[in-house]
Amino acid sequence: MNESRITVAMPKGRIFDDACRLLRNAGFSLPDTFESTRKLILDLDDEPFRFILAKPVDVPTYVEYGAVDIGIAGKDVLLESGRDVYEMVDLGISKCHMAVAGLPQHRSSNPYLKIATKYPHIASDYYRKRGEQVDLIALNGSIELAPIVGLADAIVDIVSTGQTLRENGLVEFDRLMDISSRLIVNPVSYRLKKKAIDQIVEKMIRATEGNKVGMD
Amino acid sequence: MTQPYMFEKPLGLRDLLPSAQRAIARLENIFQQELQRWGYDFLQTPALEYAETVGRASAIEDSQLFKFLDAEGHPVVLRPDMTTPIARIAASSLRKEPLPLRLAYTTALYRSQKKEGGHPSEFEQTGAELIGDATAYADVEIISLMIALLQKTGIDSIRLAIGHVGFVNAFFYDIVKDKKTVGQLRNLLYNKNDVGFREYVASLELPDESARKLNAFIDSRRLNNDETLDYLESLTSGSAIPVHSYYQNILELVDLLKTDHLEGKIDLDITLVPHLNYYTGFVFQGFGGGLGFPVASGGRYDDLLAQFDRPCPATGFGIRMDRLLSAARQSGIQTEPRKKAVIFDRANAGRALLFANQERNKGNAVVLQHADGIDDAAAFAEQFETIKRFLSSDRMETE
Repeated sequence: MNESRITVAMPKGRIFDDACRLLRNAGFSLPDTFESTRKLILDLDDEPFRFILAKPVDVPTYVEYGAVDIGIAGKDVLLESGRDVYEMVDLGISKCHMAVAGLPQHRSSNPYLKIATKYPHIASDYYRKRGEQVDLIALNGSIELAPIVGLADAIVDIVSTGQTLRENGLVEFDRLMDISSRLIVNPVSYRLKKKAIDQIVEKMIRATEGNKVGMD
Repeated sequence: MTQPYMFEKPLGLRDLLPSAQRAIARLENIFQQELQRWGYDFLQTPALEYAETVGRASAIEDSQLFKFLDAEGHPVVLRPDMTTPIARIAASSLRKEPLPLRLAYTTALYRSQKKEGGHPSEFEQTGAELIGDATAYADVEIISLMIALLQKTGIDSIRLAIGHVGFVNAFFYDIVKDKKTVGQLRNLLYNKNDVGFREYVASLELPDESARKLNAFIDSRRLNNDETLDYLESLTSGSAIPVHSYYQNILELVDLLKTDHLEGKIDLDITLVPHLNYYTGFVFQGFGGGLGFPVASGGRYDDLLAQFDRPCPATGFGIRMDRLLSAARQSGIQTEPRKKAVIFDRANAGRALLFANQERNKGNAVVLQHADGIDDAAAFAEQFETIKRFLSSDRMETE
């Protein structure tokens, strides 16, 4: 852990552009090439910041182990991984929600409902709290396929606009929780670099104010 | 499961190879000497304890316990912490001893882990417990002792976060007046979920002033020590008596730490809540060597001994030796030993032995090795700082 530099894990993919916009609003002078580069590590020229570009599900891992000081991660990923990190700010970006969905009028012939999901912990937690025992099937993507081809009775997945569900003839049965991106911090980094991290947290809170308005 | 390979060990368990064992033994020696200098007596307890007594009182989650039946069919656990067995001893075998007791230990603890690397199921811990003293002086002794031990190891950037769960409980209860809600709020603190804390506060439909107070509580983590004290003082106005007395407690501790010149290493953070829920007062976590995890933790547990029928205040800490070792390595502390070798043949065995023993008496580590027993002379020689040969073939004794 470098004492003077702050390292930040950024999620590649869907959340990345939102996260970059927010960082620029918060006053970070990210290079113009930031969004287009294939590099995995980027240092800022005039500020003591290093960014690493990681797969979104891996961001909490980098942060928990102290490989980086702070990170931007979706609440879905945080809930699923249960990592020991500070969840300090709701950044209000990349908003979506976790939902149960399936084919309308589907009647299950299975003794236990079969649920396909990328989020086995979240799904298992949800059904246990409802007092239902289900069979979970872990998939890594295109979860919407599972009910259509008969692999599962329903799915638990994140829904943003609902377009994918509609185009595949699925309907939402239940809404589990709202999801957005969070600023997370390694607990030890926080102790050792408190001043610098608090400054970032305050900048981020201010940059986030705008996102709070008009939450859907 | 599938048939294990010959080299495999059960999940979460690992070997300590000579280099790691040497390094840990060195740290443990340092700790043992220092703890004895502070008047702490070492003790040992069995690795197995009854699940209904120590297992339950230790407040470790059931899924983390190694639990099975002993030969008589009683449920037993591999000890998941050392504070609880020591509480059992203080309440039974040492019941007649005058208080306060100062006890210390170095031992392996067992917690079943589902997670991946860096979370072993068996780890060494060195710790101290000060039993029977309710004053802030006892807390200061435990905190300064822990810092003294960490400093002796030579690791850099030692920091200590200090909180007070007694204050947290009293303050929350004063606002929400419901034990279950206090538990929920405390759990969100333990999970370090600030966002969830605020959402939960919003869902409680409290009066604006109460919600504002709870949210400001989370924000207080960002204050420096003096600001935190001012903030805590501001909370005491109009609060119930426990909040007042805990505040006085904190004030006293910070004052004493200032006297010990430890204030610079301290981060007073009232939002700090540890996972072991037997803590009742001060709680703390120690960091160092740039490691991503705390190397030490501890706190006051005034209710634990009552579970063994001897109500009695107590405070203590534990240092994770496995994490300390990683921290020491990250701090670049050299732990490789400097050994000398003496190589001899039959004709010179007596002289070689005499020389080796003289060196050993001086405190040097000496390997005495017959030349015929060496397989690869060059590889053998590389391990040593110096080599002295007592060989008749070349009639030379070389350094």
